[in-house]
Amino acid sequence: MGKLLVKDKDVVVPGEVLAEGMDYLPSYGTYRKDDKIYAERVGLISVDGKVLKSIALSGRYLPKKNDTVIGKVFDILISGWRIDINSAYSSVLPLQEASFDYIQKGADLSKIFALGEWVVGKITRVTSQNLVDLSVKGPGLRKLHGGRIIKVSPTKVPRIIGKQGSMVSMIKDTTGCRITVGQNGVIWLEGEPKAEILAVQTIKKIEQEAHKKGLTDEIKVYLEKNSKDLKTEYSAPKKDDKKVDTKKAKDSKPKAKVLDVKENKQD
Amino acid sequence: MTYKKRLDGRKFDETREIEAKTGVIKKADGSAYFRIGKTAAYAAVYGPREHFPRSQQDPKKGVLRCNYNMMPFSGAGDRVRPGPNRRAKEISMVTKLALNPVVDLSDFPNAVVDVFIELPQTDAGSRCAGISAASMALADAGIKMKDMVSAVAAGIVDNTVVVDLDYPEEAYEDGDVADIPVAMIPSTEEITLLQMDGKISREDLKKALELVKEPLKRIAEIQRTAIKEKYQ
Repeated sequence: MGKLLVKDKDVVVPGEVLAEGMDYLPSYGTYRKDDKIYAERVGLISVDGKVLKSIALSGRYLPKKNDTVIGKVFDILISGWRIDINSAYSSVLPLQEASFDYIQKGADLSKIFALGEWVVGKITRVTSQNLVDLSVKGPGLRKLHGGRIIKVSPTKVPRIIGKQGSMVSMIKDTTGCRITVGQNGVIWLEGEPKAEILAVQTIKKIEQEAHKKGLTDEIKVYLEKNSKDLKTEYSAPKKDDKKVDTKKAKDSKPKAKVLDVKENKQD
Repeated sequence: MTYKKRLDGRKFDETREIEAKTGVIKKADGSAYFRIGKTAAYAAVYGPREHFPRSQQDPKKGVLRCNYNMMPFSGAGDRVRPGPNRRAKEISMVTKLALNPVVDLSDFPNAVVDVFIELPQTDAGSRCAGISAASMALADAGIKMKDMVSAVAAGIVDNTVVVDLDYPEEAYEDGDVADIPVAMIPSTEEITLLQMDGKISREDLKKALELVKEPLKRIAEIQRTAIKEKYQ
C-alpha cells in the first residue's frame, strides 16, 4: 500500500518525495522514479484521488491556443507584425488577421499598428517549436488606446480573473474601471485616476496573496474599505454622495459589459 | 604533525553557518541569496526568453547559460579586476555543467535561461555557494527540475579530511591541503561537479567524498526550506 507524504495545497519544491508506492500517479509537475513520486517544480500540490499534480507558483507564460493575450507591437514584417506577448516566444500577427477591412497591397502597415502600440489578441496557432500566430479579429479583440498596462505573474492570472470572472468583475464594479486581463499576465485598465490606482493596488494584492484561501471575501472587504475614500473624494465638491454613486454605477456598468464576452471564456 | 582542531573550531564534517533566501531580486524571474560563512552569493534567473544569436539556439530544447562574477570589492586582498577573466569563464562553464543534469528545458526549444551569479563577498568556496544559489534561483523561477543541486567543498588539511574549507584553511602552510568542490543531486547522490586543487591520496579522496554527502543533504534541506518560506 502506498504512502502519501504531503497534504493537499502544500507547497512543494523540486526533488521532494511526494508519495511512495505504485498506487499513486504522477501528473503535471511531478514525476516517478522507481517506486517514489517526486516534485518537478515549485508548486501547490493538488491530490485528486490517486493523481498528484503540482500547480505552478511561478514561471513565464507558455503560449496556448485560444488564449487571449495583450501584447506590444515591436517589429513590422513584410505582411504582418511581430508582437511581444511577455513570453519566451514572440508572436506573429499576419495581415489577414489584423482587420476586417481590406488592406491594400503595399499599404503602410505602421498606419494600422505602429511600433509600441498595444493590442488584445487571441492565439490562433502554436507549433511544436512554439511559433505563435495571433489574431485581433473577434469579440473583445482590439487595439488599446489610453489607459495603463501592468504586468503580473502569469501563474496568478486565474486567481485575478476568479471563478467565472468573479474577481475581476468585482474590481470593475467597485472602481468603475475598464479592465482587460491577458492570460500572459499583462493587464490593461482605464478609469478615473484614483480608481485606476485602487484597481492596480487590488490586483497587486491578489497577486501577492494568490495562494491563500478565501481571497475573494478578503478582497471584497479591502475594496469596500478603500473605495469609500474614492467616493467621498469625487463627491466632495458636489456635496451629494448618493447622486454621484448612482451616476457612477450607471457609467461603469455598460462599459464593463462590453468586455464581459471575453472574460467568460478565460477561466 | 596533524590537524587536530580546525582553525575556527568547527567539527570536521561541519559546514560554516548558512543563510538562504529566495525572491531577493524583484526584476528577475527567479532569484536567491546563499551565504555560507563569509562567502555570499546572489543568483538571478531571467527567462526562458528568446535566444540570440540564432546560431546558438538549440531547436530541441532550451539552453542554460551561466555567468559567474566576483564583484571588485569581494576579495580579502586586492581589488578584483572587473569583467570576465579565465577563472570566471571556467567557473561559469562548470556551473552550467553542474546544473544541466537537473534542469529540464525541453518545453522551451530555441529559448535560453540566463543565470547570473554575483558574489559581493568571498572567503573560499565561492563556486559552491554560486551553484547552491543558482539552483534555488532556478527553482524560484518555476523552471522544471528533477531535484535541487547542492554544493560544498571537501578536502584535506594536513592529512585530515574536512568539509567546507574556508580561506585560512585553504592557505594552511604547515601541511598538504586539497580543496575539492563537490556538487551533488541529493536524491540520487549523483555528483555533477568535482574539481580539485592540491594533493590528495586515493583513500583520502574516497573518504572525503563519503564525508561530504551528509553535509550536502543538509544544505539541500536548507535550500528547500528557503524556497518554501517565500510562500508562508
